[in-house]
Amino acid sequence: MKRALFLSLVLTLIILAGCKQGGGSANEILVGEFASLTGKEATFGQSSHEGTVLAVEELNAAGGVLGKKINLVTEDNQSKPGESANAVNKLIAKDGAVAILGEVASSRSLEAAPICQKDGVPQISPSSTNPKVTETGDYIFRVCFIDPFQGTVMANFAKKTLKAQKIAIFTDVKSDYSKGLAKFFKEAFTAAGGQIVAELDFNGGDKDFKGQLTTIKGAGPEGVFVPGYYTDAALICIQAKEIGLNVPLFGGDGWESEKLTEIGKQAVEGTYFSTHYSPDAGGPKGKAFVDAYKKRYNGKLPDAMAALGYDSAMILADAIKRANGTEGAKIRDALAATKDYDAVTGKITINAKRDAEKSAVILQVKGGKFAYVETIAP
Amino acid sequence: MSELLQQIINGLALGSIYALIALGYTMVYGVLRFINFAHSDVLMLGAFAAFYLAPVLAPTLGAESIPLAFAVIVLSAAICACIGMLIEFLAYRPLRSRPRLTVLITAIGVSLFLEFAGQHEKVFGAATKPFPALLPNADAGFGALHISSNDLVVLVLTAVLLGVLWFIVQKTKLGMAMRAVSFNEQAAALMGVNVNRIISFTFGLGSALAAVAGIFYAMRAPGIEPLMGVQPGLRAFIAAVLGGIGNLPGAALGGLLLGVLETVFGGIPSVSNYRDGIAFAILILILLFRPAGLLGKTQIEKV
Repeated sequence: MKRALFLSLVLTLIILAGCKQGGGSANEILVGEFASLTGKEATFGQSSHEGTVLAVEELNAAGGVLGKKINLVTEDNQSKPGESANAVNKLIAKDGAVAILGEVASSRSLEAAPICQKDGVPQISPSSTNPKVTETGDYIFRVCFIDPFQGTVMANFAKKTLKAQKIAIFTDVKSDYSKGLAKFFKEAFTAAGGQIVAELDFNGGDKDFKGQLTTIKGAGPEGVFVPGYYTDAALICIQAKEIGLNVPLFGGDGWESEKLTEIGKQAVEGTYFSTHYSPDAGGPKGKAFVDAYKKRYNGKLPDAMAALGYDSAMILADAIKRANGTEGAKIRDALAATKDYDAVTGKITINAKRDAEKSAVILQVKGGKFAYVETIAP
Repeated sequence: MSELLQQIINGLALGSIYALIALGYTMVYGVLRFINFAHSDVLMLGAFAAFYLAPVLAPTLGAESIPLAFAVIVLSAAICACIGMLIEFLAYRPLRSRPRLTVLITAIGVSLFLEFAGQHEKVFGAATKPFPALLPNADAGFGALHISSNDLVVLVLTAVLLGVLWFIVQKTKLGMAMRAVSFNEQAAALMGVNVNRIISFTFGLGSALAAVAGIFYAMRAPGIEPLMGVQPGLRAFIAAVLGGIGNLPGAALGGLLLGVLETVFGGIPSVSNYRDGIAFAILILILLFRPAGLLGKTQIEKV
């Protein structure tokens, strides 16, 4: 009897607590975030989360949004499949989040997207680049560019900055990411009047590329586009030097890893790649962000994930302000109307597909570090 | 024309690594009549042995120097020879009187064990590790042809090792015993040959060659991981079959041929993706007309 009484008391308390949280109290806006804070992609998830937290703290310090404080509730999905759906269900149904922020990995953003779409709660992914994510429905947005765009960016870079007429493409046929980049690079580069002199393929994980590279060298390109991941890219750079192919090699954000310079050493010096963000990109907004981030996280330099996490929260706050309310449909309409928003990672316009149209940055490997070269507008 | 020549040079350098690995497969097959699938993982262990030895030896012998490369290669080969003999002693010897299939499956088990134990965080870890430079790399150019010093070293050393191996097998007493065991194990035992010792020696020799091949492979593509042996191991096995399994010059020839085919087809745009497919299709054709391999002898089984 005593036990039953105790249990019912606990239950009542839980229900009361739940009621109190539901929808947030009158003077706060509840925003849900799901992130890979632990597990195998924890470094990405942590960075993104730190950026988001910084944004929310800054917003609240400045008086909040619509006169209300933002209450960020974060759920960890442990980088595991299946957990994101649980987390988002909880954030929407139990906590009553008005919007959802997350995730880095496209596969996990895709898990949450149908739930947000069904419940009419806008979701903003900070850094999932797979085109499918926002195709789920009209409540799903992102603040990063998508894979095909990078191909176009690198084509502009090759044409305008490298002033190259003839380019060879070396594609990883095992990866959709690589094939997508190669396709859009080719279209944009030929449209700009350039010429693709050789197209060769490799399989991700190969160790010998000299056969293909010799043919590429024979075609006499002024640069080689290698849309792939860092390990393959490093080995390709090494073997290109060994057969005397001394033209610039360049790739996409798959190159951005310390492993690139660890494995490639001297051979990757002078190569270029495109990515979302560089702390050296400058601009008053970017500088303020780097300073604030360093101050908040003991001198740590923000990476692209942190900057995108920050932008996702800021763009949401901006939309809520313009919507002048927290109903799902209102926020969605305001998000869709985002135009030329001045974000840390560049000016963001949300297009008809709910993807961000924004600039990319080009980095160059210099002295084993990634140095900022330029920003390329869409 | 010079491009084709360049491709053949590239192919020979790659093929000579396949040849070194193929020799190990073919030697073990010669004495025991089974395929040692763990051979490709001994190659990986050789590369990792060098990976850990090089930083230790570099301060005394000088980084990127010939003494360093020599010491690292010899020590790694010795370590792998011991590992090879240990594998034979623990996994294969207790099963020697069992059906061949049992040993074959055990070999696959040993291979998977090494691969996945290697991927554990506490062993090597699954991430790719940067392989240190053992020799200063300089490019030698002959007109339009480019040969990296690493490739040149690989080609020359492979030729030397082939010569040494030929000498051991044909001119020494141990070699004669190996050939005797290969020819007829029981008769060899009756003639006073210590069969266990000879089989141990064969595994040691093959594993040492695999270690050298692993280091050469890592010198060409300096990113090593616990699964790095799978691809070259498979190709070397095919090369051994192509040359005529059990036949030493055949294994070397098969390795070189496979390396050249793969490289040349890899360099043709629009088929570069199918390079392995085309190389293997040609091998199937060759085997259709010469089932015992290029240099293998057809054996007539009498009933």
